[in-house]
Amino acid sequence: MSIRVENITKTFGGFTALHGLSLDFPHGQLTALLGPSGCGKTTLLRIIAGLEQADAGTILLEGEDATDKHVRERQVGFVFQHYALFRHMSVFENVAFGLRVKPRSKRLGEAEIRKKVMALLDMVQLARLADRFPAQLSGGQRQRVALARALAVEPQVLLLDEPFGALDAKVRKELRRWLRQLHDELHITSIFVTHDQEEALELADRIVVMNEGKIEQIGTPQEVYDHPATPFVYSFLGTSNILRGDMADGKFRPGGNAGSLAYIRPHELMVTRQGGPDAIAATVRRVFEFGALSRIELAGENQSYEVEMPQAERASLALQAGDAVFLQPRRLQVFAADGPDYVI
Amino acid sequence: MAGGSSRLAKAGQTRFEAREATRDSALVKGIVLTLSLVFFAVFLLLPLVVVFAEALRKGWDTYLAALVEPDALSAIKLTLTAALIAVPLNVVFGVSAAWAIAKFEFRGKALLVTLIDLPFSVSPVIAGLCYVLVFGAQGWFGSWLAANDIKIIFAVPGIVLATVFVTFPFVARELIPLMEAQGTEEEEAATVLGASGWQTFWRVTIPNIKWGLMYGIILTNARAMGEFGAVSVVSGHIRGFTNTMPLHVEILYNEYQFAAAFAVASLLALLALVTLALKTFVEWQAERAHKEIEA
Repeated sequence: MSIRVENITKTFGGFTALHGLSLDFPHGQLTALLGPSGCGKTTLLRIIAGLEQADAGTILLEGEDATDKHVRERQVGFVFQHYALFRHMSVFENVAFGLRVKPRSKRLGEAEIRKKVMALLDMVQLARLADRFPAQLSGGQRQRVALARALAVEPQVLLLDEPFGALDAKVRKELRRWLRQLHDELHITSIFVTHDQEEALELADRIVVMNEGKIEQIGTPQEVYDHPATPFVYSFLGTSNILRGDMADGKFRPGGNAGSLAYIRPHELMVTRQGGPDAIAATVRRVFEFGALSRIELAGENQSYEVEMPQAERASLALQAGDAVFLQPRRLQVFAADGPDYVI
Repeated sequence: MAGGSSRLAKAGQTRFEAREATRDSALVKGIVLTLSLVFFAVFLLLPLVVVFAEALRKGWDTYLAALVEPDALSAIKLTLTAALIAVPLNVVFGVSAAWAIAKFEFRGKALLVTLIDLPFSVSPVIAGLCYVLVFGAQGWFGSWLAANDIKIIFAVPGIVLATVFVTFPFVARELIPLMEAQGTEEEEAATVLGASGWQTFWRVTIPNIKWGLMYGIILTNARAMGEFGAVSVVSGHIRGFTNTMPLHVEILYNEYQFAAAFAVASLLALLALVTLALKTFVEWQAERAHKEIEA
């Protein structure tokens, strides 16, 4: 089912959480709503689910106006950050809940419910824990139960609110991979909210970057990472070095009136022993040598820089703390300093 | 219920005791223990023992005779009736008030929370007087009630009203913190899964609060059966009609029928003991449920 939101506005007291957002979620895609906490992403997700009412705007599910449709009738599956499992029910009963509360005319027989629930538990690899209670499960297992429970009612849309937010890093990575596989099998239109850029980049077909109730950029993970549309996206996704300078003859020159800001990723900053035109002088402060990439922290005149380079390159430069070197951007993106205008 | 915090406290105590640095001297410990035990024995245990001793002083026959005497039976019946009406009413009011306070945001919420505590802060006698002023013969609705031949004051309805008033906070007070702690996520999850409000309430909310609710009911029941002040004002002390057990005890005592007075009192004391046992059992169950959630 495709989802379309038009001019959604939502305020809480005096605080505007969403400023007239319009967005399309195409059928079968996995979309991430990415942004810092308080940017309105969870509010948007809850409005789509029907758990929250927008002050203005329209929600279209499969082209049909669903703005005033009750949550119960929207056919959405919702996965909560803290699982929201029914604590007094076994895993089996949790998953069966959505099937048991259907009106009698639509309810399946007990045998069919059992078959369906066990199939779902098999899918989330928890069939052997069917009789356990939520309190007896680990965080990752609980989240998988929550997912099976949401899928039991065969929703047209799956909405996940920070689904891995409460889990530790290792479990989070495993679940992420597993959720992607599941999505590739089921092809159900899914939206998940996250503040974790790595999660969004790795899991989503499409990323919607949000900030302060507005959309900053929409695109594939590669588009938003390699071609950030605004300074916010640049600094929110990955690390970046920021140079102050001016544009002259279509070229960026560091220093000057500083009417422009240049954003450079750590791997796009070259370290040289000899300075060239427009090279930036800096001193090596620390060198981190673990992993495939070396990370180098440098101190400039009144700011610090971060550079990444392959181990071999660092070795050939023989970089050590205290060395005076020069920095040269391989690629940079320039924005006007006083606004989000995209210059180059 | 303080299940979680009491367990935490226990762990803290053990550690506190085990450490040389924080352990108090045996003398201090001894004094504190003796003080509280003596107080407990003199002010709590002794009166309880006296009640049963006095009740049985003249033997079983007198004891039983005092209980099966018609006025006593009628008092027991009225007390049970009042409790049977007051407890369910309080469950309904208490659950709805707690639900409204814990799960919704609305204007006047703070006022409602304060109002719920009113019966705790007002003397029960004053509560009874208020009912007399409103429903009594000289009260606001007195003439209308008389014209329609409805008796509230000096009749069973007045006793029920007074009982409901004094017991009102128990269920709500017990449930509000519990429901606030549980939040609304499970209810939201149930709704998204297609459950109606009714289904959500019975299948999700009630099972989650059942031990807190039981606890509230036990306290309500104990207070409903034992209430004296408010009931005394509205009852009129008509023997065999508007006397509850506590009122009956007082009348017997004033008439120097000590054995009979203590016999009826022993029933109330017995009720208190049963209530305590039930309360301990429910707390134990709730703590187990709590442990399961945390485990």
